[in-house]
Amino acid sequence: MKYVGKSIQRIDAFEKVTGSAEYAGDIELPGMLYTKLLLSPYAHAKIKSIDFSDALKVPGVITIAIGEDFPFRIGLYVNDRNILARKKVRWVGEPVAAVVAENLEAAEEAIELIKVDYEPLPPVLDVRDALKPDAPLVHEELGEYAHSPAFNPIPGTNIANRFVVKKGNVEEGFKKSDVIVENEFLMPQVSHVPMEPHTCIGQYMKDGSIKIWTSAQSPFAIRYILGYSLGVPLHKISVYVPYVGGGFGGKAGINFEPLVVLLSKKAGYRPVKLELTREEQFMVAPVRQGFYGKIKTGVTRDGKIMAEKILYVFDAGAYADYGVNIGRAAGYSCTGPYYVPNLEGESLTVYTNHPWGTAFRGFGHFEFLWAIERQMEIVAAEIGMDPIEFRLKNALLPGLTTPTGEKLREDAGRIDQCIKAVAEKIGWGTPPVKITPNKIRAKGIAALWKAPAMPPNAASSAIIKLNEDGTFLLSVGVTEIGQGTVTALAQIVAEELSVPVEKIKVVPFRHTDLTPYSWQTVASRNLFMEGRAVIRAARDVKEQILEVASQVLRVPKDDLEIEDEKVYVKGRPEWSLQLKDIAAGYVYPNGNTIGGPIIGRGYYVGSRLTYLDPETGQGYPALKWTFGAQAVEIELDTETGEIKILKLVSAFDVGKAINPMLVEGQIVGGCVQSISLGMWEEYKYDKNGRMINPNLTDYKIARAGDIPEEHIVVIIENPQKDGPYGARGVGELSMLSVPPAIANAIFHATGVNINNLPLSFENIWKALKEKR
Amino acid sequence: MKIRIIVNGVERELEVEPNELLINVLREKLRLTGTKYGCGIGECGACTVHVNGEPVLSCLTLAVEVDGKEITTIEGLGKDGELDPIQEAFIEEGAVQCGYCTPGFIMTAKALLNEKINPTREEIIDYIKGNLCRCTGYVNIVKAIQKAAEKISQRKSK
Repeated sequence: MKYVGKSIQRIDAFEKVTGSAEYAGDIELPGMLYTKLLLSPYAHAKIKSIDFSDALKVPGVITIAIGEDFPFRIGLYVNDRNILARKKVRWVGEPVAAVVAENLEAAEEAIELIKVDYEPLPPVLDVRDALKPDAPLVHEELGEYAHSPAFNPIPGTNIANRFVVKKGNVEEGFKKSDVIVENEFLMPQVSHVPMEPHTCIGQYMKDGSIKIWTSAQSPFAIRYILGYSLGVPLHKISVYVPYVGGGFGGKAGINFEPLVVLLSKKAGYRPVKLELTREEQFMVAPVRQGFYGKIKTGVTRDGKIMAEKILYVFDAGAYADYGVNIGRAAGYSCTGPYYVPNLEGESLTVYTNHPWGTAFRGFGHFEFLWAIERQMEIVAAEIGMDPIEFRLKNALLPGLTTPTGEKLREDAGRIDQCIKAVAEKIGWGTPPVKITPNKIRAKGIAALWKAPAMPPNAASSAIIKLNEDGTFLLSVGVTEIGQGTVTALAQIVAEELSVPVEKIKVVPFRHTDLTPYSWQTVASRNLFMEGRAVIRAARDVKEQILEVASQVLRVPKDDLEIEDEKVYVKGRPEWSLQLKDIAAGYVYPNGNTIGGPIIGRGYYVGSRLTYLDPETGQGYPALKWTFGAQAVEIELDTETGEIKILKLVSAFDVGKAINPMLVEGQIVGGCVQSISLGMWEEYKYDKNGRMINPNLTDYKIARAGDIPEEHIVVIIENPQKDGPYGARGVGELSMLSVPPAIANAIFHATGVNINNLPLSFENIWKALKEKR
Repeated sequence: MKIRIIVNGVERELEVEPNELLINVLREKLRLTGTKYGCGIGECGACTVHVNGEPVLSCLTLAVEVDGKEITTIEGLGKDGELDPIQEAFIEEGAVQCGYCTPGFIMTAKALLNEKINPTREEIIDYIKGNLCRCTGYVNIVKAIQKAAEKISQRKSK
């Protein structure tokens, strides 16, 4: 192959290195107004009254909105969100009022003058407390919310979704087990920290149509939800998305777009811009849900898992419109990449008075794999088996069934190969080494898997146009959030149509009026799904080219070939046409014209995916499974709890690397994000549920000095037959399972099990001290 | 207040407020939007520009402080349609993902390579500690700066 499989440079890199790439914050519109939000100081409180009369007097203030102005509920899967808080507030940071002004300074001044009378309510600040029968309710009206049929909210409780999966007979399985091990695990809420904070502009037009410019991952989801919630037909809503400065899931679904649109209407139909500051990004924007897990594993002496009873509880925070699907996704893959014949799994998404949760790269999985991969290590130690051998013995290989009863397809990826690859490269099998009296070097490993968490009807499409000079235009709905999918898609067009990548332009923005539909840019689904749609669109283009060329060249279509921007008769390259001569219709010397503008289209939806059985969770949720494994070698200072990652090895079965450089970029970047979340990141709260570290000084993310000294990436390619050129997704997968690999290494170094994240030096030190 | 500055080689006379930040003057008044806001408190480096050749965080710098000085932003890099070697190296080494932090990184790298022609890997890592990137994991950024250093010394020796 000429283009697929090659490490070509990103097609968007020139714009990005020159500062000319457009992001939402760079957009200024005539007559634009600016908004600032008043945030709740309480985690849970009734709003008794709001007085903004003084605020309205500030020169430059146009209007002020409060929750009652916008009686709409919004949400991706569950309509539980208000535009601004109504009747009560549910987290410290929930927007209570919005000031719209000619400039930001006036809006900021006015915000200070709004007086809100609150009646504090008892907050729920621990997800385990939220499940107690006497827990205060975060959403009294849960039973009234519209929701997708795939979810099961329990009115009168804080449970936004309960997902259950049952397979085999778990009691029998435990009876046949020699050893039963039970453990609990915790993970705090964390922030996506996209370098670009959320930014959006909305304009309500006088004719009732709506325009949005936004830093969002999913323009079509925004259009659909907004249309549904406001009762506006979709052809009257336009959503424009330029380059996005990092999303990681936080800009998926719908966020602040409805707010700016409604503010625009209230402000006399002028465009209104919201740009979150970094502090607001921490306080107001959605986060990764917190997690609590309890796993009971039954295993035979010779290392076969016989039964597992699993409880996962996700701290959804104040709203769970997207969050319900995180619990569901963790539920249907709850065992990790292992075969468990008898299983009872329950995964709950639970409201609390913490900031609201949303999708975050590898959602559900980063959380539960922390628990499962720690549990696997502990169980292996209990039965005295090597943890690699134990994992391989229970590896979920093709032909075996997943938790939902899906028989893994023959051409699925191979978890065993991933595990063996990292074991080999990390030099598995040598015991921990004491370097100095306090410093120990040790190794740890953890495996991973994930399928796209999406509804069975999630769709993608593509349009390819042949320009009059023989160049091509590719239009797709996947947004460019840094992942590089569009470069790989251009390579696929190049391969299919035998045209250099330089002659293909991928439209660099998304505009729902012009761009072909894509459900969302999430879930590591887009290379696979847009990839298939692009192949079909390219073949449609090809068919149209051949149709005209066969008439002009007077040979049947199947005797024609397209190569090097020409269409020619096989074996007779001298009988040929330039593609440009067909692009807008072929013109004969006398002026007669046949054919016309060539526009190819293609779509893709997953094959034979199903909703899952509400009682047993059985069914087909997975477009494809991507498997992988991580291994680390660390140096631990047992006196201080400090660790250094000397070496990291990552292996992923990606099916086919369309662009190896980009695949490696995703893996290296994802792994550092994984280390960062695992070792440092955490929403810290005071006793009233107020975040105390909402800035990049107190909330640390990985810097250049924090990266592993060495990182080896192993790309495994067992092609999946229905993937584009055999490819599977990897974008999210790369950030899974590094934290448990580190904790497993600490365990091998010291015998100490750390089951709560983050693995900060302080927490490690405390855990080691407790043991002494 | 009136200030006179040279931005990317062009002299500008501007009316600014005493509390106005350089980043806002660049982005809003001059529409040089390549310089990015990331944190507002000098933790992320996305707003890095050069003032008289020195790297400066434009989110922490008052516009009045740069009166009479020369400012270079990402838009001022490269000559006659050619990219700066650092920009080239960032493209070639895959050091760009979402691109939002990229202008700040390139301006920081430029300052480093102005100070030191052949920095070691450790020196590079140390110098870019003030710039945050959430996508790339820094590895390719470090490689790109190493490659840019090579390119620059090769061009100088020609």
